[in-house]
Amino acid sequence: MEDMKLIADHLVYEYNKGTNQTVRALDDVSFVIHPGEFIGLIGHTGSGKSTLVQHLNALLRPDGGTIYYDGADVFEKGYDRRALRGKVGLVFQYPEHQLFEETVFKEVCFGPINMGLETKEVEMTAYAAIKRVGLPDECIDQSPFDLSGGQKRRVAIASVLAMKPEILVLDEPTAGLDPKGRDELLSMITELREKEGITIVLVSHSMEDVAEYVDRIIVMDRGKILYDDVPKAVFAHAKELEEIGLSAPQVTYILQDLKKAGLEVDTTGITLAEAKETILEALHWKG
Amino acid sequence: MDPRTKLLGTLVYLVSLFLFASLPVYALAAVFLIFVMILSKVPFSYMVKGLKPVLFFLVFTIMMNMFLVKGEVIWTFWKLQVTREGLRQSFYMGARLILLILGSNLMTLTTTPTRLTNAIEAVMKPLRLIKVPVHEIAMMMSIALRFIPILLDETDKIMKAQMARGADFESGNLIKKAKSMIPVLVPLFISAFRRANDLAMAMEARCYHGGKGRTQMKPLKYAGRDYIAYVVLLLYLTGLILLGKYSAELLKLLGI
Repeated sequence: MEDMKLIADHLVYEYNKGTNQTVRALDDVSFVIHPGEFIGLIGHTGSGKSTLVQHLNALLRPDGGTIYYDGADVFEKGYDRRALRGKVGLVFQYPEHQLFEETVFKEVCFGPINMGLETKEVEMTAYAAIKRVGLPDECIDQSPFDLSGGQKRRVAIASVLAMKPEILVLDEPTAGLDPKGRDELLSMITELREKEGITIVLVSHSMEDVAEYVDRIIVMDRGKILYDDVPKAVFAHAKELEEIGLSAPQVTYILQDLKKAGLEVDTTGITLAEAKETILEALHWKG
Repeated sequence: MDPRTKLLGTLVYLVSLFLFASLPVYALAAVFLIFVMILSKVPFSYMVKGLKPVLFFLVFTIMMNMFLVKGEVIWTFWKLQVTREGLRQSFYMGARLILLILGSNLMTLTTTPTRLTNAIEAVMKPLRLIKVPVHEIAMMMSIALRFIPILLDETDKIMKAQMARGADFESGNLIKKAKSMIPVLVPLFISAFRRANDLAMAMEARCYHGGKGRTQMKPLKYAGRDYIAYVVLLLYLTGLILLGKYSAELLKLLGI
């Protein structure tokens, strides 16, 4: 398993090349994604997150550096980038805008058919993917356009899942969903990793989403990686995060305020459960 | 400068290019264009860039004229014959096309689409007498122009999204390629309709109700420089017509 990893090696990407308005969207970005990880990629609007994820499945060609998947350079001549896109599944922002088929089932089959699977296998993986994202059976023969917003998004995610990716990259999957839909989607994603061992990269700017679920955070700012660490270590830099237009989770701020007010709490807590624990401890209400 | 002046000026200029086919006339037209180009302060490289997309068409026209016009043969290559008349014709055609494109580019480079549609609306206003919905046409034009970059962006996004799902737009024959566009076109149309719906709703929410009695935030107004421009234009046109009428005599006078 050790070699099934994705390496970004000194990626550089520029927009508007050759004009006087060249923008460096990625500036010397390097990192390694190990199998089974759950990574949160956060950054302010325009920090280069979306540009970065489009490199991961070779949709964009970097101006410098390269991507290695499973030990091979994916931008080398003759590399099967279409097969790569099946292994590194990318779910775009507002994926419901890419739906086009007559039925949900056909929609989800689109990916595996493109991967060149046989009809029977296509149908089986498609059905499994639809079940996987928690869509009810009666949806399958409906038109995807008759579904609700949250359901459409599930269909789009299922259509990527049906290609059986090893790494699933989701670009702001919770944008525009209500809190309930957001929680459902995020716990579904967590399940994907726990039950099927899919590596997840979650792009977001909501700290709450990320803190709760991921086990590693990459912070981007103006095309560069600012931090790449476990959530606790990243959110310890609350001040620096604010400077680049981000923030730590709200509970972290409460803990910091409590400490200032004289309560001996551990300020590295980032989830609600951790905060509760340390506050109770500080108040000696435990045990 | 008022966009109406620019619009009418450009129209007059374009028509003037077709009035006469003689060397002195094109020389005058070229000098006039260069003069206006310098006034406009648009970088020369920008103007040349505008010629690039039509380069093929330009070369093609020149070639066709050069080889296919019958007359006194001056040079033969394989089955192709170049005639004196053909050479002259192709030169005129080429010059005409280049001046035509540069002239209209100059207008679009110095005028925002909004102002341009405003000008078109103002110029077409008399047509309202014969029940042409001038304002509506102008509004449709400006909305269409506004949406071109948005839809291009959207196309790019959808294509990438389908490629992420394994779609292949490059390989295969024509039919296969056309078929592979369905996953792009369907979402594109849906999003275009959605956008149109949203826009109509937003416009109605701000009480838009068509052209009647509608005022403008920045009404078009002629200033001193516009009158000067019209005078210069008139001078150019008279000069051109005189030159065109007497070009034969002029050339004889110069001994060419």
